[in-house]
Amino acid sequence: MATATAQPIATERLPRSRSVFPAWDQLTPILLVTPSVVLIAIFVYGFIAYTGFVSLTKWVGLVPDYTLVGLRNYVRLFGLERFQADMWNTARFTALFLAGCLVLGLGAAVLLDQRLRGTTIFQNIFLFPLAISFIVTGTVWRWIFNPNYGLNVLLHNAHLDFLRNGWLTSTKTALYSLVIAAVWQMSGFCMAMFLAGLRGIPEDLREAARVDGASELQAFWFVIFPLLRPITLSAVIILGHISLKIFDLVFVMTFGGPGYATDMPGLYMFIATFRQDLYNRGAAIAMVLLIAVAVLIVPYLIWNLRGEAER
Amino acid sequence: MSVLAARPAVAGRRVRPARALLYAALVLLAGFYLLPVFAIVVASLKSFADASQSTLWELSKAPTLDAYSRALTQLAPNFVNSVFLAVPATLLSAFLGSMNGYVLAKWKFRGANLLFTLLLFGMFIPYQSVLIPLVKFLQIIHLYGGIPGLILAHVVYGIPICTLIFRNYYAGLPTELVEAGRIDGASVMGVYRYILFPISIPGFVVVMIWQFTSIWNEFLFAVVLTADVTQRPLTVALQNLAGSFLVDYPLQMAGALLAALPTLVVYILLGRYFVRGLLAGSLKG
Repeated sequence: MATATAQPIATERLPRSRSVFPAWDQLTPILLVTPSVVLIAIFVYGFIAYTGFVSLTKWVGLVPDYTLVGLRNYVRLFGLERFQADMWNTARFTALFLAGCLVLGLGAAVLLDQRLRGTTIFQNIFLFPLAISFIVTGTVWRWIFNPNYGLNVLLHNAHLDFLRNGWLTSTKTALYSLVIAAVWQMSGFCMAMFLAGLRGIPEDLREAARVDGASELQAFWFVIFPLLRPITLSAVIILGHISLKIFDLVFVMTFGGPGYATDMPGLYMFIATFRQDLYNRGAAIAMVLLIAVAVLIVPYLIWNLRGEAER
Repeated sequence: MSVLAARPAVAGRRVRPARALLYAALVLLAGFYLLPVFAIVVASLKSFADASQSTLWELSKAPTLDAYSRALTQLAPNFVNSVFLAVPATLLSAFLGSMNGYVLAKWKFRGANLLFTLLLFGMFIPYQSVLIPLVKFLQIIHLYGGIPGLILAHVVYGIPICTLIFRNYYAGLPTELVEAGRIDGASVMGVYRYILFPISIPGFVVVMIWQFTSIWNEFLFAVVLTADVTQRPLTVALQNLAGSFLVDYPLQMAGALLAALPTLVVYILLGRYFVRGLLAGSLKG
């Protein structure tokens, strides 16, 4: 698509620039982006195509076998009890994770926007987990959720024994424990998005609502919240795609267990490919994951591009 | 940063009894976010023998740095690996992103928007979908198993986000700067080198903080693309440490803090630039 020569944005205001500069200068912009374009073409699109191809083959074991078998790997994959559990887990995890992040993020943002003193320190406390690795988060929360040592001891000491349970070791609670750790890490992102949105809303608008006799709550619900809708959508899409891809946190905290209670496609792809040498199955899982992410992201990218063109 | 700058606190404009409630809610929330910090503090300052069940959540009566010295002995080589991974990869991707951003913001060519969108998609893909060919490719060029291969992967897959941040940064600079440079006879490279690059520092800070944090914290590439124990980045080593010393919680928590320290320090010193990178990743922000 890098055709012909590049033009400066306001060509008409640069008279005779073509005659002043040598021909190679007009090509410089294209030459500058060429290395990156080539790298992305190979490492993103070429590699995805290769993975797609592998997902249609018989390749099992360390030696590639490129015999094509059509969609057989996909049919088998969707029939697997483990992969069905993965999809169900991902759906539940995503729903809970999104709900947790949106509620905590919006709540924190609204609290921080209340013209109180000292909110900067709270803002920093809500945001710092974002700077930390999922591996660190997982290591620490795994200890907190250890039934013998962690939170249970704290709850017992606080006479809250009814809240004690098996956390990561029980098939009933493991996924929820994972959600808590993930919300701890990522809700600050929602908070930052909402806070930026809230602070971008002119004070006049709130004032106008008050003049019209709206209570603080009504003003928020009918005036402010509708204005946050595009931000909410962005947050849901970004966090949603992170949730679909979740890998590190599960790897550290449960490795998919107990049983398949917290197994996820991202983790199963890793295990199938690099632990069980089922390359064709790993590739098929990767493609399913990619399609799920693309369904979410591609419309979002187009929406962004359109919005930019209108500006 | 400006977008998150607080509106001025208006004390006493309206005396609201609700104010105490608001603070209570803030403190409660902060308690949730600080719980793991508290866990690290109580656990990591104990010796292994001291870490008994009943006093687990109490501060040690005889605090010791024993766990830190043991964690440091175990993790120091991997800490060094992560530095040698994150620093060059960050610099290279920032450099590439800056050039791409300059072109895409100031020199539109036909199809530039489509190209940009295709680049951006690379930022969102699950890396599982490129992992099998990536391993094969790195094996073919003899970069599989060590830090150089990881650097290559992080530079390539960092291109989209770095390009995005720089494109938005340069788009915010007046195009008149480019035109003035052209009238004075500067080439396309000259405009970049002498006019835009010198005022690119804020863009570089945002991109470099973002890339450093992402690469330092990354795990999937790190665990798949390194074969040798001595070549492993810190995240993989921490995971192994936690797996092999299951009940040695002081050691695990000290290790976790060590692994988190560099990015935490960056966040504490340059938090507002970190937030800018964070919001840039959501495109519209």
